[in-house]
Amino acid sequence: MQAVNQPLKFHSRRSKEIKKTLKGLAFISPWLIGFVAFGVLPILASFYFSLTTYSVLQAPRWTGLDNYVQLLTDDQLFRVSLGNTLYYTFFSNLIGGIVALSLAMLLNMNVRFLSFYRTVFYVPVVVPTVASAIIWLWLFNPQYGIFNFILNAVGATPIPWLTSPQWSKPSLILMSLWSVGNAIVIFLAALQDIPKELMEAAELDGASAWQKVWRIQIPMISSVVFFNLVIGLIGSFQVFSQAYVMTSGGPADSTLFYALYLYQNAFEFFKMGYASAQAWILFVIILAVSLLVFKSSNRWVYYAGR
Amino acid sequence: MVSSPLNSAGHLGRGAPSQTRKQTLHSRSAIAKRWLTTLSKHAVLIFFGVFFVLPLVWMLTTALKTDPEVLRYPPTLLPATPIWQNFPDAFNFVPFGTYVRNSLWVSFTSVVGTLLSCTLAAYGFSRLEWKGRDVLFILVLSTLMLPYQVTMVPLYVLFNSFGWVNTFNPLIIPHFFGNAFFIFLLRQFFLGIPKDLSDAAVMDGCSDLRVLWSVILPLARPALMVVTLFQFLSSWNEFLTPLIYLNDKELFTISLGLATMRSAYGLSRFSLIMAATSLFVVPVIILFFFAQKTFIQGITFTGMKG
Repeated sequence: MQAVNQPLKFHSRRSKEIKKTLKGLAFISPWLIGFVAFGVLPILASFYFSLTTYSVLQAPRWTGLDNYVQLLTDDQLFRVSLGNTLYYTFFSNLIGGIVALSLAMLLNMNVRFLSFYRTVFYVPVVVPTVASAIIWLWLFNPQYGIFNFILNAVGATPIPWLTSPQWSKPSLILMSLWSVGNAIVIFLAALQDIPKELMEAAELDGASAWQKVWRIQIPMISSVVFFNLVIGLIGSFQVFSQAYVMTSGGPADSTLFYALYLYQNAFEFFKMGYASAQAWILFVIILAVSLLVFKSSNRWVYYAGR
Repeated sequence: MVSSPLNSAGHLGRGAPSQTRKQTLHSRSAIAKRWLTTLSKHAVLIFFGVFFVLPLVWMLTTALKTDPEVLRYPPTLLPATPIWQNFPDAFNFVPFGTYVRNSLWVSFTSVVGTLLSCTLAAYGFSRLEWKGRDVLFILVLSTLMLPYQVTMVPLYVLFNSFGWVNTFNPLIIPHFFGNAFFIFLLRQFFLGIPKDLSDAAVMDGCSDLRVLWSVILPLARPALMVVTLFQFLSSWNEFLTPLIYLNDKELFTISLGLATMRSAYGLSRFSLIMAATSLFVVPVIILFFFAQKTFIQGITFTGMKG
């Protein structure tokens, strides 16, 4: 009796298992279909295109590694765009991180009107990129813009902002600080999450304000800082709209960012294969930088509970 | 810390008069010092506050000026007489009504698609137990690392072959197939809902869809609000996808419409460009003020649970 029952039971358990899996797959099927159709297949296609010359109008023609070789050895603009992007990524994240962290700490010091300040700092984040590009174009205007008016008023020399190759990238970095509110809100929440006892204990031990910042607050929120640094890096490697709307990459290609040059190749010159190769190099760079940050994180990120 | 001199002065109240005076002096300087720190804190916050608010103020005042006044030097902070007519004029200057309608339609349908696909997927990844679930979930997360440039060209080729170029489909349809970020967010939220609640419903003979609809979703309202808001804004602000796919002015979204308007008119009609930009930005800011709590929740949640 039992001998007969055993395989049956086993069978029914397995079919139950299969049924469960099918149900799970059914629920995630929208994502799964999208993942294959808009993720996996395009990724494979992109890799294939990157090894061809392809203009959409004609079928792709196999050229092997030519695109990569040309990009890495023979394309001046590619190098310029990569340099611009690294410059922008480095400084906008560094300065943005410092400003966000300092303002979050300031807000965390029992200031009055906390939610008012937080709102003020956050509002620019919801402003659409194209809108802020147009607004800042106006602020930066060398003759009529308010920035140069203020500089004139305090007796400083006006700055040519977006019209000079030296100033165009710093201008865009300054503009990127305008939307640092996201990080402020996140860092502030993380700071408020630090157990009160920890700060009180440090105070009893006679820690200075400076020591509290460096020995308690920064280590305690380092995992949050780290996570947002990775997100920020990935985002700024793909900076596009500001440059497209405000400068079209100029003057003298000084704001020709990686994503902008890629877009131009793909949709203005219809060099789809070439652009795909660019995208893959970008992917590798982003992966490499993320890995580097991850690796270094062991040294400076502290995870409570580990 | 600051009040301790005051306390000790109280304790020493019976002491020699000279000592009391000394204590009072000391506490007075402590109060002054506290005032100074508070003042300097607010000074820094106000300085940055002005930096964050000024661009928006400048946008609005420029929008209310006449064209000659816009180009006057030194600039007037407030318009001599506010030209409210600029706003209706901006509406006629560009087919703004059409752009708004297009943007609303795209944003609305994208939100519907995202809510449908992501709640289903998040349910499958959190409330159901099945083989392979966690492996697939890692795949979901891994897509967050992929820069969109990698799939940009093949997707264009694919959608082009569907005849979707110059339609809203590329802007809408992909949202019906899930979004890794929102699936992650909803999954984390669903995991926090006690198992007993859904078990009870299953005992009563509810199907999984029924459990999702009448047990999980009502409890997950805050998370759904966050997804709705973030998806709406992201579609409302989106620039690159409309730029790639839309050619007809009739189909332009606001972002695309404004960007072309700015390159077509430059400085010559700046008051109208600013009026149009204001019409683009102000609704978003109003939305933010109404849904501020949801925003802050969403940002801190996504920024800290990484």
